[in-house]
Amino acid sequence: MKVEVKLFAVAKQIANAESVAVELADRATVGQLRDALVAQFPGLAPVMSHIAVAVNAQYSADDVILTADSEVACIPPVSGG
Amino acid sequence: MIELTNDPIDPTSLLQQVASHQAGAVVLFLGTTREFTGSRQTESLDYECYPEMAEKKLNELECEARDRWSIVDCAIVHRLGQLGLGEASVAIAVSSAHRKNAFQAGQWLIDTLKEVVPIWKKENWADGTTDWVHPGLTNEE
Repeated sequence: MKVEVKLFAVAKQIANAESVAVELADRATVGQLRDALVAQFPGLAPVMSHIAVAVNAQYSADDVILTADSEVACIPPVSGG
Repeated sequence: MIELTNDPIDPTSLLQQVASHQAGAVVLFLGTTREFTGSRQTESLDYECYPEMAEKKLNELECEARDRWSIVDCAIVHRLGQLGLGEASVAIAVSSAHRKNAFQAGQWLIDTLKEVVPIWKKENWADGTTDWVHPGLTNEE
């Protein structure tokens, strides 16, 4: 399945894209998505452990299972305020 | 009330939104653009957010503050886009019958906003370089 991933701030800067399509096995997890993103964009490797992943606008652990229509986003450490 | 806006924040209208005859206290917090971070000079800040999730998180913060403290009303506004020195990037107004709840809820709201709401700032330094600010990852705030 293909999952669309939104990127923000430094993640967007590293990948040079606001969103990227990632090819994953059906029922892939957030953890597997992280590995696929790093494989696709090696520049993300040093920052990936600091990035949170949101699924359907909710912070999600690595064992959360994705579907093709999941809204997925990479959330680097936030700095609002 | 929560809002994400590209327009300058008007603290007076925010205070009016939380005003009430039930309130004996109104606390207003403004986060403003600072010129120096250590020895580095800022020219402007750019803010971006993940709009759907930022709105959801801000609504959750408002609900939790209302659960945890006895407050009359609460308003949170965050600015997006480019801000010059001294401009307000965030404003939080809380009204309550007695001041303690407004102070405590206001402090918790800004502290928690800075930890969980997907909003990011980019420093546009006076020397022409730029940096996304990611606490714990890149430059500290």
